[in-house]
Amino acid sequence: MRIGVVTFPGSLDDRDAQRAVRLAGAEPVALWHGDHDLHGVDALVLPGGFSYGDYLRCGAIASLSPIMTEVIDAAKKGMPVLGICNGFQMLAEARLLDGGLIRNEAGRFICKDQQLRVESASTDWTSGFEQGQEITIPLKNGEGGFIASAETLERLEGEGQVVFRYLGPNPNGSLNEIAGISNARGNVVGLMPHPEHAVEPGFGPDTATAMRSGTDGLTFFTSVIERALVGA
Amino acid sequence: MPTIVVEVMPKAELLDPQGKAVAGALGRLGKTRFAGVRVGKRFEITVEGHVDDAVLAEVQELADTVLSNSVIEDVVGIHVLDAPAGETH
Repeated sequence: MRIGVVTFPGSLDDRDAQRAVRLAGAEPVALWHGDHDLHGVDALVLPGGFSYGDYLRCGAIASLSPIMTEVIDAAKKGMPVLGICNGFQMLAEARLLDGGLIRNEAGRFICKDQQLRVESASTDWTSGFEQGQEITIPLKNGEGGFIASAETLERLEGEGQVVFRYLGPNPNGSLNEIAGISNARGNVVGLMPHPEHAVEPGFGPDTATAMRSGTDGLTFFTSVIERALVGA
Repeated sequence: MPTIVVEVMPKAELLDPQGKAVAGALGRLGKTRFAGVRVGKRFEITVEGHVDDAVLAEVQELADTVLSNSVIEDVVGIHVLDAPAGETH
């Protein structure tokens, strides 16, 4: 399986995402924001970072990039797309996902290992988890407060499109403690925390067993690979 | 060259952490009469040629689709600067 990772001006975690794809057993394909070409990939990752310096609104200018025409088209046809942090902001700006992200309630940049509950194991990127499973992956952002209208929020909750919820104190003021959501079909998933930083023992979050041994993020990538194999 | 101003504010019902931080600073300066601050954005768009209804309609569309995100913000004003009398919108 070939998974594309799109690099935008100001992307920071594109190479980490490529590495995560490789460790999960797929072939990472570097894609460029300025191209109109997905190079025949089977799935897409929009990585974290500060595209265009977060100018205008986080992810807003990147969501208008040339390659986004193809990304939006592919997403609507069912291609698995994962937006991490700034990538989540882009998916919201591109209206592939509902709601929006605003500055953290406390006004501070947050960087910590964050515990999450997997609320939906039926998306393309979470099928390897158990429903209700608790995982820990890094969270690092300044504008991660998820907001949506009451009506949208009710629909997301009712349709099972809330995929991840923060456990413990709400880190950024997100409504209903929402850390990540999906589209109705479950192929497009966006979340603020970073699965690609928790894929290899020695470099992940601390666990009860050993320091930096957390690899909960790997399951995002193995999920989409297994889905593709089952579908093939 | 005429300039069109577009003003965008975070939605009234949303928390504005930036405004809250500024209001906090004012309070610490003893400016107690100012009860709240909200921080928005002002865009100044210079236009080649003159501003007619078609240009304004285009700016309105850009204001709604690019300059603001209706999920989190409202466009609160669009007006023309330096326009001859009678053409001010």
